[in-house]
Amino acid sequence: MATFPVRFLPPIVWLVRLLVGAYPRWIGCAPSAVQRIYFANHTSHMDTVVLWAALPGELRANTRPVAAKDYWDRGGIRGQIARDELNVVMIDRARDDPNADPLEPLREALENGFSLIIFPEGTRSPQPLPGPFRGGLYHLAESFPAVELIPVYIENLHRSMPKGALLPVPTICTVRFGAPLARIEGEPKESFVERARDAVAALAG
Amino acid sequence: MELSLQQTFLAVFAGLTLLSAGATLLVHRLALRTTDPIKLTWIGLLNSRLQASWLILLLFAVGFALGEVALAVIFALASFFALREFVALTPIKPADHTALIVAFYVVVPLQYILVASGWYQLYAVFIPVYLFLILPVVMAWRHDTELYLQRVAKVQWGLMLSVYCVSHAPAIATLEPPGYEGRGPLLLLYFLLVVQLSDMFAVMASASFGRTPLRSNPNKSREGALIGGSAAGVFGTLLWWMTPFTWWQAALMSAAIVFAAVMGGLVLASVKRSLGERQWDQGVALSRGVLERLDGITFSAPVFFHLTVYFFVP
Repeated sequence: MATFPVRFLPPIVWLVRLLVGAYPRWIGCAPSAVQRIYFANHTSHMDTVVLWAALPGELRANTRPVAAKDYWDRGGIRGQIARDELNVVMIDRARDDPNADPLEPLREALENGFSLIIFPEGTRSPQPLPGPFRGGLYHLAESFPAVELIPVYIENLHRSMPKGALLPVPTICTVRFGAPLARIEGEPKESFVERARDAVAALAG
Repeated sequence: MELSLQQTFLAVFAGLTLLSAGATLLVHRLALRTTDPIKLTWIGLLNSRLQASWLILLLFAVGFALGEVALAVIFALASFFALREFVALTPIKPADHTALIVAFYVVVPLQYILVASGWYQLYAVFIPVYLFLILPVVMAWRHDTELYLQRVAKVQWGLMLSVYCVSHAPAIATLEPPGYEGRGPLLLLYFLLVVQLSDMFAVMASASFGRTPLRSNPNKSREGALIGGSAAGVFGTLLWWMTPFTWWQAALMSAAIVFAAVMGGLVLASVKRSLGERQWDQGVALSRGVLERLDGITFSAPVFFHLTVYFFVP
């Protein structure tokens, strides 16, 4: 029974498709098992699940979303989805030890060969275009030069679930995957981060 | 000879399956022979219509096997996807969130529960009267009056077109004119056939006699719509034996269905234009153009339903 020919869609995936579509558009790259960091605009709590659900099934198993511990690491259904379905890498926004590297769990996941989904804005900005990116992506890109950096634009979702809303308004959203971000030798952090943000914003058009 | 519901349905079903299979084969052979891009476009259009026919057949096999509740569920899903598309096309504000949540998670299921349970007095007025009054209140609660009237109107129109109108299709299946008890699903099949055939014939006739393209739908021409509509009317008359109508009543009914379907298409095209046309990418299989596919029944379902109620259900 281990190799049952039909793999059923996880309920969370078909639920996301029913509610918001989450149709993938591979614009600048093709789906591939190459190790990647997908970085996207962050407009609502749905983003994590939506981007993950937009990936093909065989990539989903090996791709871990990075999400805030204070939101996802809870009891109940939310925590269960985060742990069992999404296999979320928890990031501690309110860390006790100011010297601890918040990126440590991410590095560990990358070393173990997982692809990551990150939202470099750090917080939700319910608007069409992403706000300024933080530096985490830069540090990861430096430490893991072989990992492909894929900009992703999640379209239309900011209207579905404004801040404070409990339920999403059903709509049709597409998830656009762009071309891998080129690396420039010795590029300063500010310009890299700016370029990464522009790559996501360019997919909005 | 009086056929039982089961026998009539099986006869219709077998006939339709043969017709669709024949047409599908023919289209495929035509597609293999020609390389003319214009012809290929028409073949593509025809193919999409044939797919819709197969979908109707499949839906009916399921509906008949599982009963009228299954039909209500299927149409409720269609309404849900149509409303989802309407909302995706419409600019909405965070202040509209509560009203839209009510629309999707309360109104859609409730309307179809009312339809499935045959509560005519309530489902006929639930959206046009009660929600017409309640939704503006919900939306006024946030004190966001910017474009208030436009926003309320859009939610109301979305609900009327994609939920209220569409829900009258499964409601046809619950009608019981005297001498026609328990045969409502057959009447719904008749209705969907006439709508579907008028669309399909219009596309076919437009390919052959196309002169003036319709402004609302460039895939059809004025001549084609006229010929296609008439052909569907003839078919609707010839199928009088599956309805509670006499042949001349069936002729008038199918004329009304075709006319309302064409008007519905016209109105929905205008709605889409005014919302700002947005081409759905290929590959959005289930959701692409739900409103467009339903445009034929949105107007004709309530019209046919109420004509039948008015003249045939005492």
